[in-house]
Amino acid sequence: MDARVDAMGGEVTSSALVARVGKERRNGASFVLDVSVEAPPGITILFGPSGAGKSTLLDCIAGLVRPEAGKIAIGEDVLFDSVLRVDIPPQQRRIAYVFQSLALFPHLTVERNIEYGLTDLPDQDRGTRVQEILAAFRIERLRNQKPSQISGGERQRTALARSLVTAPRVLLLDEPLTGLDAELKAALVEDLRAWNALKRIPILYVTHSREEVDALGERVIAIDNGRVVSHGAPMDVLDAPRRKRLAQAAGFENLLSGTVLDLRGPDGVMRVKLGESSSCEIEVPLAHASAGDRVQVAIRAGDILLASERPHGLSARNILEGRMVSLEQRGTMCIAQIDCGVTFVVHVTPGAVRALELTMGKPVWLVLKTHSCHLVD
Amino acid sequence: MNSLGLSFELAGCVAAILLLVGTPVAYWLAYSNWRGKFLLESIVALPLVLPPTVLGFYALLAMGPRGPLGKLWIALFGHGLAFTFSGLVLASIVYSFPFAVQPLMVSFESVDQKLLDASAVLGAGRWRTFRRVILPLSLPGVVTALVLSFAHTLGEFGVVLMVGGNLTGVTRTVSIDIYDRVQSLEYGEANHLALLLLAMSFAVLCFVYAVNRRVWTPAWTRWVAK
Repeated sequence: MDARVDAMGGEVTSSALVARVGKERRNGASFVLDVSVEAPPGITILFGPSGAGKSTLLDCIAGLVRPEAGKIAIGEDVLFDSVLRVDIPPQQRRIAYVFQSLALFPHLTVERNIEYGLTDLPDQDRGTRVQEILAAFRIERLRNQKPSQISGGERQRTALARSLVTAPRVLLLDEPLTGLDAELKAALVEDLRAWNALKRIPILYVTHSREEVDALGERVIAIDNGRVVSHGAPMDVLDAPRRKRLAQAAGFENLLSGTVLDLRGPDGVMRVKLGESSSCEIEVPLAHASAGDRVQVAIRAGDILLASERPHGLSARNILEGRMVSLEQRGTMCIAQIDCGVTFVVHVTPGAVRALELTMGKPVWLVLKTHSCHLVD
Repeated sequence: MNSLGLSFELAGCVAAILLLVGTPVAYWLAYSNWRGKFLLESIVALPLVLPPTVLGFYALLAMGPRGPLGKLWIALFGHGLAFTFSGLVLASIVYSFPFAVQPLMVSFESVDQKLLDASAVLGAGRWRTFRRVILPLSLPGVVTALVLSFAHTLGEFGVVLMVGGNLTGVTRTVSIDIYDRVQSLEYGEANHLALLLLAMSFAVLCFVYAVNRRVWTPAWTRWVAK
């Protein structure tokens, strides 16, 4: 058995999902996907740029795509094993999957859509289960509507309800919240969390949105180019990007190339000259490198401080003088570009712009903490 | 029985049988990954390009007392197949096959693959997915297939002439009847039948296009959508 019923009030706890998947290119020359992931009960986020292989991985786990190599299991229950030639068809895996397109049946009402996976149940049980999930996802009043008659957010709720009502052992979500505004998104995430607090099944949640990672994150697995590049808590995975594409996806607005000047082992830092011909030098955390190596440095626009005169008495080691070359207000945030030999993008609040009397061409100083400078390879 | 009644009976039988036989063939053509699929596709489309006389000629040979089908029929029922109503139905099925299979295949293929995936992960096997997702979403194709195979059988001439002969009440369909009357210079009678056939064909096509444009959905198709 993969699930056990708790003596206390019938709570069901699922086992972890373990998937090792090798999917070859059509010509068999190389793997497009070669990953090993484990998802314990709770939300695990699969994060990475589009085309990284996240959706293919979900398709393999659901049984819609057959990998060439690997093993997929929920607890002791093996769903796929390339060596033992086990391949359970998708309709017998009891894995729920919400696609990005949702794939609601257009000819069926919300209620019929939700009932779809419950045909084996007696009528009465089915009624109860449907009623329960309609209430949990707050879509009772939509039961007789067709998918084309309801809003995007309501469709997303219906798709989630349709998947969860079958009491799946694992839930796969492929960017299910795309296109929802922040408020609707938060409400839906809350309902999903509340549901899963009871059921405790593994949820694999695919996204390339940094915001969703912050909102949901318990565990993150970062995938790029068909490989797992890092995994762990969101802070650890996203704040120390080891790959350039991932750094861009994770919201590092400044991605600068430079040359290592010298290493200062005892201080745990090294000096890097940014750009080709500039005299702009910064101190970054020590890494496996030697003088003369080319490196990439990633810095968040929000991690950079701006000063209108040369600052004194700071712990921050990097103070760079530059000139403001552009300033643009976007919502409640101002995006400034500062030329220090290389151009930095800096986020400041409109209030700060007024207080510092920031104008075009005005000399400013950038303040960077050493540990806000991340090395990327 | 007059020739018009006979034509309707023939077209009705053929359309009904073709829906039953054509659906699995269309399903297979739509979803199979077999590389040799084009072979079956070509065979299915063959009656579209062959002169009806060619088809009728080989049908007649096969159904004759020394043909394989004819021999089988005699062994089973004690009488031959050529120049009988059954023979006519059989030949017409072959002749109208593409008119049933192609609309079905096209509408099966146009069902979003993600809906089929969703059905599978919700626990439905092939049959339930077909019954509850593919078929309801392919209703216009089903209606088109029914009506086109009916109408095409109603209007056939060459095949009937070859395998049916011209026996009043048994194999004399309306198109043969019209030809006969023209031959015997009964222009008034011929015009009467021809006009009727023209009007009905037009009505049938209006119906098909209206369903496909979703101007209206016939009530009798709704049971499938439940």
